[in-house]
Amino acid sequence: MRLKVLSDKAKAAIEAEFPKYPDKRSVLLSALHIAQKEVGYLSEAAMVDVSELLELTPVQVYDVATFYSLYNLKPVGKHVIQVCKTLSCALVGAGQIIEHLQNRLGIRVGETTPDGLFSLKLVECLASCGTAPMVQINNRYYENLTPEKVDRLLDDLKREGKSAMASGPFQLPVLGGKS
Amino acid sequence: MPKYELVLLKNMAQPGYTGALDEYRKTGGYTAFEKVLKGIPPSEVIELVKKSGLRGRGGAGFPTGMKWSFIPKDHPGPKYLCCNADESEPGTYKDRQLIENDPHQMLEGIGIACYAIGSHHAYVYIRGEFDLGAEIIQRAIDEAYEAKLFGKNIFGTGFDLDVVLHRGAGAYICGEETALLESIEGKRGKPRTKPPFPATHGLYQKPTVVNNVETLANIPYIINRGPEWFASLGTPKSAGMRVFCVSGHVNRPGNYEVPMGITMREMIYEHAGGMRGGKQLKAIIPGGASAPFLTQEHLDVKMDFESIAQAGSMLGSGAVTVMDEDTCMIWAAMNLMEFFHHESCGKCTPCREGSAWLLKILQRIEYGQGRMEDLDLLVSLSKRIEGRTVCAFGDAEIAPVLSTLKHFRQEYETHIQERRCPFRPNVVLAMAGGH
Repeated sequence: MRLKVLSDKAKAAIEAEFPKYPDKRSVLLSALHIAQKEVGYLSEAAMVDVSELLELTPVQVYDVATFYSLYNLKPVGKHVIQVCKTLSCALVGAGQIIEHLQNRLGIRVGETTPDGLFSLKLVECLASCGTAPMVQINNRYYENLTPEKVDRLLDDLKREGKSAMASGPFQLPVLGGKS
Repeated sequence: MPKYELVLLKNMAQPGYTGALDEYRKTGGYTAFEKVLKGIPPSEVIELVKKSGLRGRGGAGFPTGMKWSFIPKDHPGPKYLCCNADESEPGTYKDRQLIENDPHQMLEGIGIACYAIGSHHAYVYIRGEFDLGAEIIQRAIDEAYEAKLFGKNIFGTGFDLDVVLHRGAGAYICGEETALLESIEGKRGKPRTKPPFPATHGLYQKPTVVNNVETLANIPYIINRGPEWFASLGTPKSAGMRVFCVSGHVNRPGNYEVPMGITMREMIYEHAGGMRGGKQLKAIIPGGASAPFLTQEHLDVKMDFESIAQAGSMLGSGAVTVMDEDTCMIWAAMNLMEFFHHESCGKCTPCREGSAWLLKILQRIEYGQGRMEDLDLLVSLSKRIEGRTVCAFGDAEIAPVLSTLKHFRQEYETHIQERRCPFRPNVVLAMAGGH
């Protein structure tokens, strides 16, 4: 089978998922994650490749790709900033973080900076409600944000492509109440 | 020292504890799994869980042992256990902590549950955004295979078990158990019409149990310490400890593991440190975005399934969102309606279209263009959604509207009469279209 855009490495990664399920279709979500990671977004060619590997029709793949919010059907910036805007974050300053990001990046929500470095999206609850406000950038969380921290974070990402401000495993607050 | 003895958060509260397999085993980890495999018949394990009174920690509070007992014993083909790690209910972040800091509790619970229902295949469905959590669970699963706790012939008893991590891709609805099954099968996450129920026609149309992370994490402790111990915690009908997630305008937001049945006052003013800036409390959502709002008058309501239901709300996922006197209730309801509108899967017309209209009406009231008749319209529209959808999402999306109207009707009227929001939130968030 000749694939259009996916590399042999991506193909092997997708095929390695097959033994985990009784049918190939169940690999679809993983396959789309793998394809998106390689291509940067889910292009039509990438979706056709996935459909061939999983023995599905392209429209079956497209149907699923358009349902889930983590799949990008258009090219996005190198760093996709997803700001949580749901109630717990909104109560403690998500709005201020969104305004600040729009001003600093010079773009509105839903846009990408001209240099292709940053995309800005609003998302619903990311289960970081006790450490709000927060953003997810690519695969990592950044929590307990203030406008000043956002500035440092953007500088880190511009300078080094990553930031040490990313959250590690859950930080414990006071546990079980005080005595 | 914590006021109550911790259970699920106990190990991780020890300095330096990383949740690695050897550390978990030092605390007695996997002894419950060994104990059941070597000497307790599956039907007795189900009886123990029934006797403990454990109820599902995902939201609905269904008795766990009873759920397990619905699985047909003589089914010839495969049976499945799915661990629901799709934590997405606004305000909820307990499973994330349980996963990231002590993943083996949940995995041991999965092992015991599979043995009890006669399953050899488990899937852990984790929401796509939990990239770190996925890494941690995969590492833990690998450790368990390496130590021969998963795989073939576990503890030499002939019991086989495969555990697979499955990543979602961003969709709140996949936390609904049949939507979760559809999503594992590689489809859009749309809830199925029931019956048939997953117990007979679940994943790949085979008998299936879906349990939440926190529910499964409790299982090893019930086996090791006995169902009587578990039943002695909490209240008679809401047994055990519960990890409550407190967020919003409190001094110390966080996950607090306490026995069910403490009052909301104790939770908010004692554990979570009271209101930020000494402000007055105005509203509480006691169980995630799907639970109706309560008010300051409900502070002495106990946090168990029955008491919260009696007060007109629900315990749900245990997410307690606290709002102070400066919070506009129409803005809060509108924020949650943006969430519901965005996350409605689109299968049922009343939910899909209804959420759009509820959002539009709330927006025009909040932005000063509301009419008095809108208030009756919100109610009649909600009543046409309630009970008319395939899953509970339809009932959930009307909760913020009806409960804020019930408790804060005056505030709605003021918005309409003055043609503006009297609270003027400092920044008006972009509307649903901004996603």
